[in-house]
Amino acid sequence: MNEQDKFRATVKAVHRSLMLVLVAVVVFSGLLVFMMVDPDFSSLRSKDMASYEVVQPVEEVDEDLIVDGIHVRTGLIEADGFMEVVNNCTNCHSAKLVTQNRMNAERWAATIDWMQETQNLWDLGRNEEIIINYLVTNYPPLKIGRRAPLTGVEWYELKE
Amino acid sequence: MKRRSFIKKATLSSLTVLVGTEIVFGEMIPSGYTPLALQDPDPFKLFQKNKEMILLNDRPWNLEAQAHLLDEKITSNEFMFIRNNGKVPENIDVKNWTVTIDGESVKQSKTYTLEELKSKFKHHTYQLTIECGGNGRAEFDPPAKGNQWTVGAVSCATWTGVRLKDILDDVGIKSNAVYIGYHAADAHLSGDAKKEPISRGVPMAKAMQEETLLAFQMNGKDIPLVHGYPVRLVSGGWPASTSGKWIQRISVRNKEHDGEKMTGSSYRVPCEPVAPGEKVKDEDMCIIESMPVKSLITYPKSGAVIDSGKKLSIRGHAWAGELEVTKMEYSIDYGSTWQAAKIEAPANRLAWQHFSASVSFPKKGYYEVWARATDAQGTSQPMLLPGWNPKGYLNNACHRIAVKVS
Repeated sequence: MNEQDKFRATVKAVHRSLMLVLVAVVVFSGLLVFMMVDPDFSSLRSKDMASYEVVQPVEEVDEDLIVDGIHVRTGLIEADGFMEVVNNCTNCHSAKLVTQNRMNAERWAATIDWMQETQNLWDLGRNEEIIINYLVTNYPPLKIGRRAPLTGVEWYELKE
Repeated sequence: MKRRSFIKKATLSSLTVLVGTEIVFGEMIPSGYTPLALQDPDPFKLFQKNKEMILLNDRPWNLEAQAHLLDEKITSNEFMFIRNNGKVPENIDVKNWTVTIDGESVKQSKTYTLEELKSKFKHHTYQLTIECGGNGRAEFDPPAKGNQWTVGAVSCATWTGVRLKDILDDVGIKSNAVYIGYHAADAHLSGDAKKEPISRGVPMAKAMQEETLLAFQMNGKDIPLVHGYPVRLVSGGWPASTSGKWIQRISVRNKEHDGEKMTGSSYRVPCEPVAPGEKVKDEDMCIIESMPVKSLITYPKSGAVIDSGKKLSIRGHAWAGELEVTKMEYSIDYGSTWQAAKIEAPANRLAWQHFSASVSFPKKGYYEVWARATDAQGTSQPMLLPGWNPKGYLNNACHRIAVKVS
């Protein structure tokens, strides 16, 4: 190969890579413009639920935020089984209905049976044991007897 | 996984709303789910409730008052507890709203528009006490499941409407009628359209009482949405669950109504007393009818510190279901001695009654003022918790406030 052919080949190679860069730039800016117009890419997807499932959440962090051992969104204590409770027990009703109730394992099991028989709760499978363990560990029944003393009184000066 | 993507969907669609663009995924929101109302969960704003009301549950909405918030003689919306079993209906079309009376024991079923109900029948106004059957549940040991109401699931507003009796007379009722059951527009939490969140009722004798109304006004205005707009069945003195909201249909039954939360252990207590924690079979549970005698000290708020030598004015309300309260007392020594309080006559039958007293304290120190009402049959409130029952109903134990004399 003489000098001229060598030079020609080099020019061709440079030209090819320049073209590649150019195509990349065009495609990339086209993509940017598309994103400005349609940030959710909704026009590319068919409108059925299945394809919608893959969309990434906008605020994933907030949804799972835990502060001082408490899951902010639900108010549940973060401990073993907590995610199973979130996923199975907060679909129909608020987590507040869970956290304000205190029962032993037997009564939780009966409550779950009742929800399955009458409230369309699904079969929990192996999660049932995990959920019940979480509940009796983190929200155990308190012994308050026949009448508890007054607690949490906020004292204030009464002027009449 | 399903629930998480559900949340994502909701977040996304509410974001698009916030941004002010078209709701791109509007048609993908599961039917029956209303992100706007639920994603901005400030129930105090949403339902115009006082900020001191206690939120027990946000799905379904359940809020209660505190004793001192109930000081008004006639409870205003701001301080009225909310107890929901399902989802509050949306997009109520008042113009096309109808109430149908049907069931085995009507001569023929009949449908009225709201306008017809209002124009055809005479209007009546009563002040009616409505208390949740589970008010006070939080104090039971072993605890009972459900919303842990303390003292604030009671109200006494004025209700204006037409007598259910007048409507039933107009429809024509067979002699074998036993019970009425309501059907309403609220939706089941699970989203299952075939399920009713609640469908309760009362025996014919209660249904035919003068004070049992199909009401369309509360305190002289349209009933607030969360309290049953546009029409609510009001049966004072009985568990609030018998005062159905958003009424679309009333069935006159030839047997005890068997709608949702009429059967099993709902709104029922053991027919015979049981030990705390004991299991009770469904067939041994009896329906709660008239609520028991009870009272609430609404002034001052618990925690008052007063100067020694000064008298303390206390006041509050007392009620006794179908009965009148005939005696009101208070004690500052844990029931060792009781002093009489002044008790007023009710505004009408089934309205709560106001009591007041001027309390003297013998020396400085910590006191509790306990209040005790007695009904016309001589039954008084217990100082300790009344009989334990599996669902934690009917806690009418004496209310008390803490006072310091310094």
